[in-house]
Amino acid sequence: MTPPADSAAAATPGAMDRRDAAWYADRIAQALIFVGGVSAIVFIAGIFVFVTREGLDFALGPLGLREFFTSIAWRPTSNTPTYGALALIAGTASVTGFAMLLSVPLSLGAALFIAEFARGKTRETLKILVEMLAAIPSVVWGFVGMSIMNPLIIRVFDVPVGLTVLNAGLILGLMAAPIMTTIAEDALKAVPDTYREAAEALGATRWEVVVKVVIPASRNGLLAAVLLGVGRGFGETMAVLMASGHAINLPTSPFDSVRALTATIAAELGDAPVGSDHYGSLFTLGILLFVVTFLINLAADVVVRGIGRK
Amino acid sequence: MVGAAAGGAAADVSGPRYDEPPVIEVRDLSIAYGGRPALRGVNLDVHRHEIFGIIGPANSGKTSFLRALNRMETFNASMEVRGSVSINGMNIRDWRNEYALRSRIGVVFPLPVGLPLTVYENVAFSPRLRGIRKKAELDEVVERCLTRAALWDEVKDRLDSLGSLLSGGQQQRLTIARALSQEPELLLLDEFSIAVDPVTTMRIEDVLRELRSELTIVMATNLVQQARRLADRTAFFLMGELVEIGVTEDLFEREAKDERTTGYIEGRFG
Amino acid sequence: MFAATPLNRRSHRTQSLAKAVFFLMTVALVVPVLVIVGTLAVKGGPAISWEFLFTPPRDFMTAGGILPALVGTVWLVVVALLASVPVGVAAALYLSEYAPDNLLTRTINLAIINLAGVPSIVHALFGVGAFVLFFGIGASILAASLTLAVMTLPVVIVATRESLQAVPHAFREACWNMGATRWQTIRKVVLPNSVSGILTGVILEVSRTAGETAPIMFTGAAAFVAFLPESVFDQTMAMSYHLYYIATQATDVPERTTYGVALVLIAIVLLMNAVSIGFRVYLRGQKKW
Repeated sequence: MTPPADSAAAATPGAMDRRDAAWYADRIAQALIFVGGVSAIVFIAGIFVFVTREGLDFALGPLGLREFFTSIAWRPTSNTPTYGALALIAGTASVTGFAMLLSVPLSLGAALFIAEFARGKTRETLKILVEMLAAIPSVVWGFVGMSIMNPLIIRVFDVPVGLTVLNAGLILGLMAAPIMTTIAEDALKAVPDTYREAAEALGATRWEVVVKVVIPASRNGLLAAVLLGVGRGFGETMAVLMASGHAINLPTSPFDSVRALTATIAAELGDAPVGSDHYGSLFTLGILLFVVTFLINLAADVVVRGIGRK
Repeated sequence: MVGAAAGGAAADVSGPRYDEPPVIEVRDLSIAYGGRPALRGVNLDVHRHEIFGIIGPANSGKTSFLRALNRMETFNASMEVRGSVSINGMNIRDWRNEYALRSRIGVVFPLPVGLPLTVYENVAFSPRLRGIRKKAELDEVVERCLTRAALWDEVKDRLDSLGSLLSGGQQQRLTIARALSQEPELLLLDEFSIAVDPVTTMRIEDVLRELRSELTIVMATNLVQQARRLADRTAFFLMGELVEIGVTEDLFEREAKDERTTGYIEGRFG
Repeated sequence: MFAATPLNRRSHRTQSLAKAVFFLMTVALVVPVLVIVGTLAVKGGPAISWEFLFTPPRDFMTAGGILPALVGTVWLVVVALLASVPVGVAAALYLSEYAPDNLLTRTINLAIINLAGVPSIVHALFGVGAFVLFFGIGASILAASLTLAVMTLPVVIVATRESLQAVPHAFREACWNMGATRWQTIRKVVLPNSVSGILTGVILEVSRTAGETAPIMFTGAAAFVAFLPESVFDQTMAMSYHLYYIATQATDVPERTTYGVALVLIAIVLLMNAVSIGFRVYLRGQKKW
């Protein structure tokens, strides 16, 4: 139809329906933004592909999985190389486990204090300090382990070596604490205030509210926080390398030196010729690390999703 | 319905053009959000230079109807639209450049949304989108639109302050000025007076009466008396259904065909 | 008026006790920060001088300064930002402005969590396998920075997404209703109003990137380079790796020097962090709506 001539605003649809520069710009922007959007998937897949590519031939070929998981003999540069990773796994497990013993209660306690008890300036200050704790680079933590903690442990416990499970575990505990504290605090904050008010109206003290209402309601979030903390501790490299003593050992006490999976890669990759068995074995350790952290993160995600459904 | 109204109003030069084909033709329009229906099977026509009122209680589908006229389902993945809406005889879903379509339709929301830009930039936003760059030209558009929205005198000395710092009533007139800056053929208003004081409401109503001579207005309102004051014809929506359409005076003079319309108008429910 | 019954006296005692215990736990976490910073400042402070900051190391790292490491860290950070900020902002824009609630979006979110959670040494393996070898870049600033960029991408994405989502939806609706395309809306209203929040995230990323060691050890950082980098294809010294090297590999480095390097590194990182936090607090008071 032809619109009336008196209406200046009424152009013919055909003329207005042209796809103009703005329309094309929008399409191009959308395409580029989509590429950016999926980049995280591309990169995480890329990490898996490239680490696997370098490590899989060795893992499926020369490496005996039985030896890998049951022998403590990690001697990749020996004339008859052996690739037993048990001691490395035990090293990582002992340090991470010790770190969690320290970190889980402290972090959850701190999260409870910040979320439920602290107010105003105190709260802000504590949050900033926790953030600063998270900001300290791992190489500085490692240096602290070597130069401050090491002599301290030797003096206090009267032991010959201070670079031990205890040292690395303490440091790792502090390193993993911020992520646990922050995520646990978020989980506690996500509990609606109406729950708290309802319980307080019934005469419960803040403490009773926390124990009987807030903690049960945020259980999944707290679990996710712990899982992510474990993931952080498990994957930490430089601090463990520098503070654990880096000795192949099945630890029997906190005063034993150990060697972690991550630290082994960091210490040996520079000396392993590209394409050699040694090189392949380090990428195999990488596959193991990737898969385990992936599973931990996946578990945390599933647990958090559990909250979302409620 | 249309015929009955056309008789009286056609003589008025600035009044609705019931003798011409309608500007908006809505056929069997249904809207749902994620499967939950919000509007079912609506058919209606709106004519040039008409103020078309839509009344009805909350959740009756008024807002969804206005959103469909503007093809806002593009931005809301859960909004499903069926049936057809034609503007100037062309189905809006056949438009290849939906942004050009929206640029010809001005919209005013219940709560005024001053963009976080200066007063000047709020009104110059749409002209700039159209590619107007010259300062003098923009100045002219800004002054003209603010004047027509009855806001110029109040803000002419602070065009550079933030639009979101104006009072609620001023912000609502700012959004009307912004809508006018689009040089729209069609103006959609959704309960524009909900957050505005009575004096400003009256001023905006005066503005709308003047605008009618230049464009076509569809106005959803929660105030039945506002529809009576302004609308040439009025539609009553209830729970996602179009109950009836009539010449506004007829509806208000107890000549509504449907019990429920009379009941709503007389305030028996709402 | 209401006499305290023994029961609720006891529960109030429990309450005070719990509060005190949680407070001590929090203190136990934050005190080490202060102790560490204090110790580094006391022991490393005397090492800091113009000569220390602005000359290269001499005599097998036992004397001289840290200039090439400082400059190298700046190179690494700048190149990493150039790579990660555009990609990260695009990813955040997708998640905030486009992404429907579907499997792809959930997968992206999971991938982001994993990028942040994968051990830094695995990122290093990726950097070696992908950038150094597969794409043939060789050990260089470029390869190291790209590795760092991938690793810190989640920092930009999360911060940017948060500041994009803080822009009220009504602004977008208003623009769309005027006929603006999504991109015009993003460019003219959404981005200008979230740019400071994005900047906060970028500063935080600088802090993270400057401190990382493992990802650059095999991708471009070198123990000693006599000259300052001239292009992204050079290897370089870096503060973090320099600290690792003189703390564990070099011999006869004066304690003062090692503490000095650690102090400068932590000062850079914490300063960036403080700027980011301060900026965030400042922005909270600057809201336009």
